[in-house]
Amino acid sequence: MTALEASGRSASPAVDSSSAAGSRPVTPASEHTRRATARKWAEIALFVGPAMVLFLTFVVYPVVSAARFSLYKWNGVSQFSDAEFIGFENYARALFGGTDPATQQAFTTAYSQPFWEALSHNVAIIFLSMAVQLPIALIVALTLNRRFRGRAFTRVVIFAPYVLSEVIAGTMWLIIFDPNGIATDLMRAVGLDMPAGGWFEDQTWGFWTVFFIITWKYVGLAIILFLAGLSGVSEDLQEAAAIDGASWWQIQWRINIPLIGPTIRIWAFLSIIGSIQLFDMVWVLNRGGTAGQYSTIASYMMEIGFFRSDWGYGSAIAVIMFFLSFVIALAYMATILRRDNAHPRKAR
Amino acid sequence: MALLAACSSSDPEGGDSTAGATSGGSGDAPVTLTWWHNGVAGDTGENSLGDYWDKVAADYTAEHPNVTIEIEQIQNEDLQRTRIPTALQSGDAPDLFQQWGGGEMAAQAEAGYLMDLSDTLSADIERLGGGVAPWQVDGTTYGLPFQFAVEGIWYRPSLFEKAGITSEPTTMAELEDAVQKLKDADIVPIAVGASDGWPAAHWWYNFALRSCAQDVVANAGTSLDFTDPCWLDAGTQLEDFIGTEPFQPQFTSTVAQTGATSSAGMVANGNAAMELMGQWNYFVYEGFTDGSDEAIAALHEDLDWFPMPATEGGAGDPSAAMGGGDGFSCYVDAPVECADFLAYIVSDDVQRGYAEAVGGLPVAPAASDAITDPVLQKIAQTTSSAAYVQLWMDTLLGPNVGGAMNDGIVNIFNGTGDAQGVVDAMIAAAATA
Repeated sequence: MTALEASGRSASPAVDSSSAAGSRPVTPASEHTRRATARKWAEIALFVGPAMVLFLTFVVYPVVSAARFSLYKWNGVSQFSDAEFIGFENYARALFGGTDPATQQAFTTAYSQPFWEALSHNVAIIFLSMAVQLPIALIVALTLNRRFRGRAFTRVVIFAPYVLSEVIAGTMWLIIFDPNGIATDLMRAVGLDMPAGGWFEDQTWGFWTVFFIITWKYVGLAIILFLAGLSGVSEDLQEAAAIDGASWWQIQWRINIPLIGPTIRIWAFLSIIGSIQLFDMVWVLNRGGTAGQYSTIASYMMEIGFFRSDWGYGSAIAVIMFFLSFVIALAYMATILRRDNAHPRKAR
Repeated sequence: MALLAACSSSDPEGGDSTAGATSGGSGDAPVTLTWWHNGVAGDTGENSLGDYWDKVAADYTAEHPNVTIEIEQIQNEDLQRTRIPTALQSGDAPDLFQQWGGGEMAAQAEAGYLMDLSDTLSADIERLGGGVAPWQVDGTTYGLPFQFAVEGIWYRPSLFEKAGITSEPTTMAELEDAVQKLKDADIVPIAVGASDGWPAAHWWYNFALRSCAQDVVANAGTSLDFTDPCWLDAGTQLEDFIGTEPFQPQFTSTVAQTGATSSAGMVANGNAAMELMGQWNYFVYEGFTDGSDEAIAALHEDLDWFPMPATEGGAGDPSAAMGGGDGFSCYVDAPVECADFLAYIVSDDVQRGYAEAVGGLPVAPAASDAITDPVLQKIAQTTSSAAYVQLWMDTLLGPNVGGAMNDGIVNIFNGTGDAQGVVDAMIAAAATA
């Protein structure tokens, strides 16, 4: 999203300046254009250069390094020059237990299954976010989209979880969901008990506890985005519809929701990418759970790469995660976001 | 040695400093040593270890004015898992850094990151005795420990009394009997911080220690061979023990040290009778008091320790014990003064001061008289009288196989894995190394 904007912005002045130079009827045309071109490139270098250096150093270089590490058997301690090149074996180990028949069975249990389990949690969170966060956020945003006493305060309260640091929020929920904590007491007060294995560590319920926390943490962002989108919807339209006899629900359904479509689609995009890369919260809670009850690809990568010192394999997981995000982002842009991006160009 | 010579050639009076580790008079060229250790402030803001190391560095530099020591205090896991590995990789490593020994140190040594101290500090190695073994690879010394101790079971005598337990259990049968008596008295018998993984794994280590012969465990550190049936047997014994339900409810949600609901908090607050832990828990428990002298004294009044009970059968010695410690290594390119300073850290007087100021268990035999607390004396006594002390299994096996082992053991606690699963996970991890 920001990258798109940035590239869009840097592209348009370039186009403008060249067309302006071309339309100027001056005689030594080649001399002028050459100077204009040089100046244009100097400007580009000046403005884009620093950002480019940062981008290359902190994005491209690490990605390329990870891709390189992922082709080696390397424990992160020995000299990388001594590491053994094993091609795509690390990827094979994650995806289907590797290509060596002698170890495939063992690797499937020890490495492939936890990987797919982690990935399935990411996928579940993507779809559950759409199914749970989207309706909640829409209803709250539509309800709050009017003037009432304490509106600003309500918005702050709703947005507060999103602003809280993940570590603070995670620690807070660890205390609340402690087996001897408040949540357990509340449940017992109404005659229920916590999940048998504990709130976070239960094999079935651990994931849902974490999903509840994720929803609590991120639904505020969706609400604020939708409210911002709604404030851009002209009141004239709503008044006109009201005069025509449309009910409150009809106004929401036929005017407000369709008009904030671009906002919803952008939120969905951020939510999907965020779900694939979800790390901080699951790590703070307990590194994805003692048996990976709520592991994600990122927490699995950290666990194996750093804590087990299996850097080659961890790098392969990182590259898989990067590839997934990249492909999904491109596909989403090319399909769902295409119509939103098409509008401004037509207008120009 | 070639390296030491190379280092000192840039030093005008270098010949002098290679001659003996204890030399290095005030006439030497200025040297800066960087030192990374894990003595950080706890929840209460107290940092007795960090303060003591500051004092040690100040005392040393006062005697060696040409040496400047720059200390960085780094939280244990950050230090071990992130800072040291990346610093070694980058080639810009601290001169002296925390070293836990075992498989991880062997990997660092193999990669050529560590200074060989065997000759330079031979006198100190001899003085410290068998405790140095985990910091040696094939007879070559790559680090020296300043602390080493065995683990055992901490317990609250008042709760034992309440349950009618009259003596410390010395066999597993007696331990199981004590567990039953405590349960009958409505007391949680044993607290375990299984959420953190390793505290749960230590139960398995102790079963493995008793079912596996000494050389089977020791060789596994280098051969990564887990085909001996004793490894499977350790898991089966653990399964049987968990079957007696000795631990607090929801033990996989319990952490080891943070908060009143942690395993240490439960024991400190009298909500559980026992906990299997290293000697550091002496201080962890103190952290749950209000910090006043009376409260700490009251805690120690009702806190005792006994060695892990012996199991029936098995090829290991019944008096063998699991243990571990902390030490330091010098980076391969560190100035020779690093080894000299390390020798100073483990010298008898500094070790004695360590026991007095920090309450740690020193490695130097001559410093053992500085341990005054009866419980810590008991631990020191058990450490020195054990038939042999086996280094923590995860440290021995290194992070890859050790981590897979710990995760497999936690799965037994979770009910999602079994004894065979631990062995399978270790074999799989060994195959990736």
